[in-house]
Amino acid sequence: MGTEIRVQQDDFSVADEYQQLAQESSCGAVVTFAGLVRELAEGQLDAMTLEHYPGMTEQVLADLVAQARGRWQLGQVTLIHRVGRLALNDQIVFVGVAAPHRKAAFEAAMFIMDFLKTQAPFWKQEHTTDGSYWVAAKDTDQAAATAWQDD
Amino acid sequence: MVKVKFFAALRERLQCAELDIDSQPSDSVAEIRHRLLQQHPSWRRELLDNDVLCAKNFTFVDLQAAVNPGDELAFFPPVTGG
Repeated sequence: MGTEIRVQQDDFSVADEYQQLAQESSCGAVVTFAGLVRELAEGQLDAMTLEHYPGMTEQVLADLVAQARGRWQLGQVTLIHRVGRLALNDQIVFVGVAAPHRKAAFEAAMFIMDFLKTQAPFWKQEHTTDGSYWVAAKDTDQAAATAWQDD
Repeated sequence: MVKVKFFAALRERLQCAELDIDSQPSDSVAEIRHRLLQQHPSWRRELLDNDVLCAKNFTFVDLQAAVNPGDELAFFPPVTGG
């Protein structure tokens, strides 16, 4: 029942991560999520740069997983976030959760992503044909994280 | 002395990633911020923006939090990872 947290420039393999998550005999469920760089509504994204706060990032992510373990019975949890310059369709983030049962695995994965979006010190800068712009935080992300506090 | 870091859009607008500033044992985040503005009056609009978040030693804090010499403070915009 380990926790693996990685902040890295390199890409990751969902298949390899799944193999690591699927090795516990006590866990009958593995949920994985991968977030990708997607095209803007206007369709002019060249690339994206992910900046973070080294030190704080790892601490916040570890704390999110610890909070998830306080709410659900979980096995292995793997959380990967890439930083640096990423191209369209590149993988950005991975969360994988093993648990005895599917409900806990689904919910914990969602919980971790919802809080990562509002708590982990990452910032996206989009590079478009018109110039570079820092992405604005979304109210919908804040609302998703806040909703867990009412549970 | 307190180390202060800025990130992302805030770092770009202030044209400063990191600096050291004198501190007193009973300082709060608000007092450190006030001292930053005394040294850099042109930072007023960006640093007083209500959306700016603050962390002390890698943990989110509010303006009333105590700051001690040797602490690391960071100011940054709302986060947009994931």
